Amino acid sequence: MSSQRSTPPTADPREAAPGGDLAAYLQVSRGALQLEVDLQVPSGQVVALLGPNGAGKTTALHALAGLLRLRAGSLTLGGRALDDPTTGTFVPAARREVGVVFQDYLLFPHLTALENVAFGLRARGVGRVAAREAAGAWLDRVGLADRAGVRPGQLSGGQAQRVALARALATRPRLVLLDEPLAALDAATRLEVRADLARHLREFGGSAVLVTHDPLDAMVIADRIIVLEQGRVVQDGAPAEVARAPRTEYVARLVGLNLLRGVGSGPVVSVAAGGVLHVADPVDGPVLVAFPPTSVTLHRQRPEGSARNVWRGAIRALEQHAHTVRAQVTAAGHPLVLADVTPAAVADLDLAVGAAVWVSFKATDTHVYPG
Amino acid sequence: MQTPADGRGTGIPPILLLPAGLGLAFLLLPLVGLLVRTPWSELGTLLSRPAVLEALRLSLVTATAATAICLVLGVPLAWVLARATVPGVRLVRALLTLPLVLPPVVGGVALLLLLGRRGLIGQHLYDWFGLSLPFTSTAVVLSQAFVAMPFLVIAVEGALRGADRRFEDAAATLGAGRWLIFRRVTLPLVAPGISAGAVLCFARALGEFGATITFAGNFPGVTRTMPLSVYLALETDPQAAIVLALVLLLVSVLILLALRGRWLNGVGS
Amino acid sequence: MPPRPLCPARFRPATRRVRLGGPIAPIALIIVLSACGGTPPEETQTATPGETGPVTGDITVFGAASLTDSFTELGEGFEEAHPGTSVRFSFAGSSSLAQQILSGAPADVFASASPATMALVAEGGRTEGDPVAFVTNRLQIAVPVGNPGRVTSLEDFTDQDRTIALCAAEVPCGAASARAFEAARLTPAPDTYEEDVRAALTKVRLDEVDAALVYQTDVLVAGTQVEGIDFAESAAAVNDYPIAVLREAPNPAGGQAFLDFVLSPDGQAVLGAAGFGSP
Repeated sequence: MSSQRSTPPTADPREAAPGGDLAAYLQVSRGALQLEVDLQVPSGQVVALLGPNGAGKTTALHALAGLLRLRAGSLTLGGRALDDPTTGTFVPAARREVGVVFQDYLLFPHLTALENVAFGLRARGVGRVAAREAAGAWLDRVGLADRAGVRPGQLSGGQAQRVALARALATRPRLVLLDEPLAALDAATRLEVRADLARHLREFGGSAVLVTHDPLDAMVIADRIIVLEQGRVVQDGAPAEVARAPRTEYVARLVGLNLLRGVGSGPVVSVAAGGVLHVADPVDGPVLVAFPPTSVTLHRQRPEGSARNVWRGAIRALEQHAHTVRAQVTAAGHPLVLADVTPAAVADLDLAVGAAVWVSFKATDTHVYPG
Repeated sequence: MQTPADGRGTGIPPILLLPAGLGLAFLLLPLVGLLVRTPWSELGTLLSRPAVLEALRLSLVTATAATAICLVLGVPLAWVLARATVPGVRLVRALLTLPLVLPPVVGGVALLLLLGRRGLIGQHLYDWFGLSLPFTSTAVVLSQAFVAMPFLVIAVEGALRGADRRFEDAAATLGAGRWLIFRRVTLPLVAPGISAGAVLCFARALGEFGATITFAGNFPGVTRTMPLSVYLALETDPQAAIVLALVLLLVSVLILLALRGRWLNGVGS
Repeated sequence: MPPRPLCPARFRPATRRVRLGGPIAPIALIIVLSACGGTPPEETQTATPGETGPVTGDITVFGAASLTDSFTELGEGFEEAHPGTSVRFSFAGSSSLAQQILSGAPADVFASASPATMALVAEGGRTEGDPVAFVTNRLQIAVPVGNPGRVTSLEDFTDQDRTIALCAAEVPCGAASARAFEAARLTPAPDTYEEDVRAALTKVRLDEVDAALVYQTDVLVAGTQVEGIDFAESAAAVNDYPIAVLREAPNPAGGQAFLDFVLSPDGQAVLGAAGFGSP
């Protein structure tokens, strides 16, 4: 086993992780899913794979971990080929320098927190005493030194998540994979654990791939977001870019934007779903137009004022959000738009499903970019 | 009983209580009959008989050995059955339950035909090594293991199928090889299933009669286990048979309680 | 051998094949005669109600395991002779059957392989009238074909190196074996005490033992699969088979008719052919 490893794992958590540039072109068939993802992650970068259920996020993670074989493509970590069907190369999971934080953490229920963290080191040949010492140091690092002797059943969700992280990092992997690491936590714990996780991943020197369906997790933790839909990459960019300029309906919904596809011609965009929009930045050719639901106002009467985009429609649905009500407005010959209004406005305007309303938003509130 | 103590709305439907109660009575009342008819005054003298202690000791030793054999062979077999994807595994699994439906006496005859002095394998053991298995304590252990192993295999296989295999994936990503995963992850995860299977297996071995008397015969101190003693006593002295049966029963209950307590509490999660 | 009227009051003179060997016959005769002695036929006659009507219906017979083949044949003969009847058998070890009868099993007739077991039933007040001995059985040495252990006499049963099966002392054939060894002043060295005579015979058939002591009738049943060897001391261990109609029998008339059939010349001929001796 050790002959396959360029750098043996060390017990000292302070030591820098070895170089972990990930270069992967994953092609995997799993049932109906045909996954095809190009994934280049330089050492030190945290990438979030964002996507709906069934998009292939977890499949991609399993391929990276060595729990699944590639059908085609290649996978190299720190210069070492891990999977390449053309040459018949396949390094099984146990011999990859990849740490994984699984969904539900999968801490071994029969072992204590310390034994869980020490497991990987013991499996990789570190002596019992040294492994326990290093595991203790890792638990200390994630703030759980006092829970070392506790079985997973007695740990809180947040604690279990941190033990799982310590277990994954203790073997000094070049790449760490995290599958929905925060999904099992309640909202309050999540906030705290999310910040901790972001910090630990920044300190971790290798590359990291995080799978999530929560855009906030992705925004806070990742340096880069790759959006997967139906096994394909539909968007790849910095979190701010993804949040500002979503490329698909799914991403737009996640980041809370109206997104319309159309063809630009100067200050006017012909929307594919019908109608025209007035935009601030003239663009020609296929474009995407994004604007926040908060910039859309609703009126009972045709509004007076400077808003260029005005039309009449009907309310199709009303959803209560934290402090606002989100209305879906449909109109023949115009795209469906979302509008966020205050509960007070709902009362004032007597809004209800089916009610006829006027929609208006300013051209300057739209963001137009090539589609 | 009808209102759940934990406050969940999932109490026992009343319609199940009647058959459940009947089932319990059906299983326990015969034992009550045994207790009622026990000649308690003769208990002491019967128990102090060397022959009784000899049979009890033989039963415990052979059933323990049979359980050990079942564990060593049965757990790997269960693993293969639960995990193998080759065709024919379903057939093998069905065949495995045959010793369960086979009358034990037939099982004993089958063992004789295989391992007896003129058996398929036994004849070679006899001709080459002068080894003859029938009428030895080893034959008792083999008879017990033969009838008891399916219980263990079925219990462990069920536990393995129910176990979350993602734990094994987790162990693999931590660098564990297959053998290490089996020892340190899979086995502990299915420990409750193994202990339940071993308890069943031991209980079946302890009560084994038909295969034993057929394959191993019946000789005091060598092959006459408690069930054989009970059967023979029944021929002439039913009172003594009841006492012997009671002893076997009490010893079984004590051992099973002890094993369950220890094994099942050992794996807390 | 000519037919001999052994129990004149009970048995009509008839042709019966008696398979008693020459030197053993006189001793056997004494035992047999003593077995017949205490049973005046008048008693069983008077104890049987419904003597006048024809015998009909189901008749349930509990029989010792060694009677399985011959009684089954007898049953067919009986049903032919008494149209409208149906004989049902339950064959098992005599001791087990006795326990069942004492627990209230609804049987009409009990045929036991030993007087001791019949005595248990009689003491329990379950027999109607005194039991009668209807056949005898004696022991024979059974060895596998070819006699691989070269067993010739009871003396070979004391050899530690030979594999020997005996019936357990608790069952009739074991008790008979013990008497035989006592008569021969030998202490056997068996490897197993089998739970009944058929189990002992099975061990011989499968060639797992060098010899077993079983009933001559069982050796006959096994046919060519085992060889039987006579031994002198078997005379000391002749086993009487008693039969009785049971009290509280569901069909006492039918039971009595079956018992009479067993004791009749036809019945005795069938039993004789199976290797049983006459009482």
